[in-house]
Amino acid sequence: MISEGKRTVLWRLVWFFALAAMMASLYTIFFYAPTERTMGEVQRVFYFHVPTAITAFLAFFLVFLASILFLIKKDRKWDHLARASAEVGLLLTTLVLITGSLWAKPVWNTWWTWDPRLTTTLVLWFIYVAYFMLRSAASGDTGARLAAVLGIVGFVDVPIVFMSIRWWRTIHPVTISPSGILLEPAMLVTLQISLVAFLLFFIVLVRERYKMIVLAERLTFIKHMSLPVTGRFSALKEDN
Amino acid sequence: MTNLSYLFAAYAVVWVGIFLYILAISRKNARLEREIRELENQFQRAGMKK
Repeated sequence: MISEGKRTVLWRLVWFFALAAMMASLYTIFFYAPTERTMGEVQRVFYFHVPTAITAFLAFFLVFLASILFLIKKDRKWDHLARASAEVGLLLTTLVLITGSLWAKPVWNTWWTWDPRLTTTLVLWFIYVAYFMLRSAASGDTGARLAAVLGIVGFVDVPIVFMSIRWWRTIHPVTISPSGILLEPAMLVTLQISLVAFLLFFIVLVRERYKMIVLAERLTFIKHMSLPVTGRFSALKEDN
Repeated sequence: MTNLSYLFAAYAVVWVGIFLYILAISRKNARLEREIRELENQFQRAGMKK
C-alpha cells in the first residue's frame, strides 16, 4: 500500500504534468502546427475538439465498466467512480458540442445541422443529462442501481457516434480512416500532445470529483450518527 | 466574426469551462472537509463532557 504522503506527492505530480502538457499543447497548436490550407486558422479548434471528444468517450467507457462492477459487487465505490466519470464526461461532451458549433459556423456557414455525427453526439449528451436527472429523482441504493443500468445501456451510443460518419452520409470531416490517421505529421504530433493533456486532466478531475463524493457520503453518515450526540452537545453549550 | 474570433471563442470556452469546474470542485471539497472537522470536534468535545 502507498502511504498517504506518497499518494499526495504522486497526485501533485499528475497535476503538474497535466498543466505542463496543456502548456506544451497550447504551444504546438499555435506555433508548431501548420495552418490548414482551406479552412485557415479556425481549423486549430480541431486540436481541442477531437481530444475532448475522445476523452469523453473514455469517461463514458469508465461509467460503463464501473456500473457493471457496481451491479456485480454491490460496492458503493464503483457507483462513486461511475458518477464522477459521468460528470466529467458530460462536461467534456458539452465542450465538444460548443467547440464543434464554433468551428461549423465559419466552415459550414451554420451553427448547427442535423448531421448524423452531430445528432448522435447530442443524443449522447441527453443520455448523460438523463443519468443525472435519474440520480436526483431516485436517491440511495435504488437511484444508484437505476443509474448503473442507464450507464451501461447509454454507452451503446458511444460506438454509434464513432461509426456514424462511416455508416451514414455526412458532411463531418473523417480523420481516422481504415488506412490510418489522415493528418500531416506536425498536425498529428500536435493532436497527440493535446490528447495526452486532456487525458491527464480527465484523471485529475475524476479523482477530485470521486474524493468529493466520498467526503459528502462520510459527512452524511457522521451527521446521521451524531444526531443524539449533537443534541446533547447543544444542551451542554446552553448550560455553559 | 472573423476566423480568429471563432478560434479564440472556442479556446476560451474550453479553458473557462474546465477551470470553473476545477474551482467549483475544490471549493466544495474544502467546505466538506471543514464540515467534517467541525462535526468530529463536536463528537470529541461531547465525548469528553460525557
